[in-house]
Amino acid sequence: MEITPIPGSEAAAPSPLVAALQREHPEWVTDVIVAFGEITIVVPREHLVAACLFLKIWPESRFDFLADICGADRGVEEDPRFEVNYHLFSTTKHHRLRLKVVLSEEDTHVPTVTGVWRTANWHERETFDLFGVIFDGHPDLRRILLPEDWQGHALRKDFPLRGYEPYSLK
Amino acid sequence: MSSVTIPPQFEVVDRPLDTQMTISMGPQHPSTHGVLRLELVLDGEMVVKVTPDIGYLHTGMEKLFEYKKYQQGIVITDRMDYLNPLGNNLAYCMAAEKLLGLEIPERAQTIRVLMCELQRIGSHLVWLGTHALDIGAMTVFFYCFREREKILNLIEAASGGRLTPSYFRIGGLMMDLPAGFERRCKQFLDAFPNAVDEFHTLLSGNRIFQKRTQGIGRISAEDAIDWGLSGPCLRGSGVNLDIRRANPYCGYENYDFEVPTEPDGDVWARYMVRMREMKESHKISLQALSRLKPGPVKADAPKVVLPDREAMKSHMDALIHHFLIVAEGFDVPAGEVYHPIEASKGELGVYMRSDGGPKPSRVHFRGPSFVNLSALPAMSEGEMVADIVAIIGSLDIVLGEIDR
Amino acid sequence: MGLENIIADALPEVLTTRLDSLVNWARKSSLWPATFGLACCAIEMMNATSSRNDLARFGAEVFRASPRQADVMIVSGRVSRKMAPVLRRIYDQMPEPKWVISMGACATSGGVFDNYAIVQGVDKVVPVDVYIPGCPPRPEMLIHAVMMLQEKVEKESVRDRRDVPEEEAREAVPPGTLPVTDGSTALKEALGSRPYTIASRHERRRSS
Repeated sequence: MEITPIPGSEAAAPSPLVAALQREHPEWVTDVIVAFGEITIVVPREHLVAACLFLKIWPESRFDFLADICGADRGVEEDPRFEVNYHLFSTTKHHRLRLKVVLSEEDTHVPTVTGVWRTANWHERETFDLFGVIFDGHPDLRRILLPEDWQGHALRKDFPLRGYEPYSLK
Repeated sequence: MSSVTIPPQFEVVDRPLDTQMTISMGPQHPSTHGVLRLELVLDGEMVVKVTPDIGYLHTGMEKLFEYKKYQQGIVITDRMDYLNPLGNNLAYCMAAEKLLGLEIPERAQTIRVLMCELQRIGSHLVWLGTHALDIGAMTVFFYCFREREKILNLIEAASGGRLTPSYFRIGGLMMDLPAGFERRCKQFLDAFPNAVDEFHTLLSGNRIFQKRTQGIGRISAEDAIDWGLSGPCLRGSGVNLDIRRANPYCGYENYDFEVPTEPDGDVWARYMVRMREMKESHKISLQALSRLKPGPVKADAPKVVLPDREAMKSHMDALIHHFLIVAEGFDVPAGEVYHPIEASKGELGVYMRSDGGPKPSRVHFRGPSFVNLSALPAMSEGEMVADIVAIIGSLDIVLGEIDR
Repeated sequence: MGLENIIADALPEVLTTRLDSLVNWARKSSLWPATFGLACCAIEMMNATSSRNDLARFGAEVFRASPRQADVMIVSGRVSRKMAPVLRRIYDQMPEPKWVISMGACATSGGVFDNYAIVQGVDKVVPVDVYIPGCPPRPEMLIHAVMMLQEKVEKESVRDRRDVPEEEAREAVPPGTLPVTDGSTALKEALGSRPYTIASRHERRRSS
């Protein structure tokens, strides 16, 4: 289900940060959602690494801390089906931002941001493990939480809660 | 040199080990604080490479949240970071309250702060006991758990559960504090600084402890931020960052406390930060206790918050609301939030996404221990094997939070 | 070959009550647990060993890290699918006589977590002697379980225990390839029908 932005939010009072970013690089900002006191920018996949690097260094934002990378499955019939959320935080300015990349089911490749923040390594492995999103350029993309030989991606909506078969030692 | 001639087949050669050993430490190991497996590549005693292998406690909690109503999920959050269950409850409830736009009454906020700080002290006590036990100081383990029993008594009095309280609800608390709680809490808090001084006497001046922790496991401030460390691990490297100050919640901006930081970035620094944090939590708890005023503990939202039992038994609308909330749950507006709190281990963030129904569409917990553990290779390559134990102890990891 | 095998082979018809009570008293008074704390129940297990509820007074003095030196394995916490082969391996490394206490709801039956990741009950992996309900169980419940296990040990006989046949023990067993256990101990299959569950003391009081 689409997240409906508050009507007129972009026009009314976008945060100065988002406005400045839209002026500098308008092709990076596909959509802006301001809701519940948080700002979400939907970034196209090809500009993700450039945007992250820029946001890390830009004096206006200084997002030097990647708090979390979180995948989500919108639903089996949705298109685009998957999204990957990047939660950024600035240790000096104490503001937060969410970047969102939306992916369709057929093409779940996203460039890795491990070069920008080293902490992305494990977060991306977890998103790969649980959703099957493949991060291109990741140094070590393998399963982290589920066993190495597990079939399927557990947090997808079409994976049953109880799994496919009960446990036996065989 | 000596008069003894060594026969040629026993010739002494000085050749360091030219092969490296790969050994697996864990998952059943007394010092890994849970089911953690480390693949160590060793050159003699020195660690060349360490690769943590996690997932031995993966419980599928995030998938389970999607199948349970919002209020049912609170029970599951207890089992995540099981040393700081009230913190998990708080993060989850506050994320849901952000989505619902609820206004929490002041008494509930004060009690939340009080219980969270007591829980933080309890979590740090377990950390101290197990960390000291790993380094070799067994007495401290027993002393810490003795103090912790007093905290568990208080939490059990308030909520009914020692380790899995589920005390907070979406919209406030489960119920108000019992009679006599404030007196008992004050009794505990008055005696607590002596206990911390006792720990300092046992450990901080102890040369063995100092030698085993100073200079071990260093990480610089820039590396710490790049690796996403938070909480005492980050503050031990000199970065003054505390979510209670940076993005305050629950009224923390009104409390007077310091954020302890240490510049060195080694195991000793993290130890000192946590010891000082225990004293700061004690300060905050005393302030919270003194600010308790009578008032409601649940938000005024009859469709979300369960009514009091007396009201339910006497008023028809309360009964209907109770039935609907328990049987069908309440609809949460569509949207997504990310709510971080300062748990005892670092930044605990909850990403909650709702599609408009009574069950969440995605709940993700950003566990601080998950990220702190990912920095273990950066801290420990080049150290000795015995120091790995000290470094893991100083990271204060809880596998329930890492593996979820 | 242990004492039991020698006696059983050499003197098949002899009653061994005095020897039984001596050996069982020694075994039950020094049940050394293996550290197998997995999750939240492990913290309650640590609480049970700490100074307020002291498990050491009942003989569980030291928690041995190495399973080769332990008598009882207290499985405390949820067993995930990745961990189950490890659990079986540790159990196999313990020498006879050994017992298993399944502590908490997750170890007994999967607990709150009825999903793809958790084994629904540790008795699908190892044979269990005492089950403790609770989430987590109070330390007093763990102490009661140890006492129940002590009562069970008292009822054993030196003639019962058998070592695992040598060939089976010697074979290197890769994890995940062991036969499914259905909760029965090895000796039950060997001997047939000696009952191995005792009623709790409270139940007996009610019936008498």
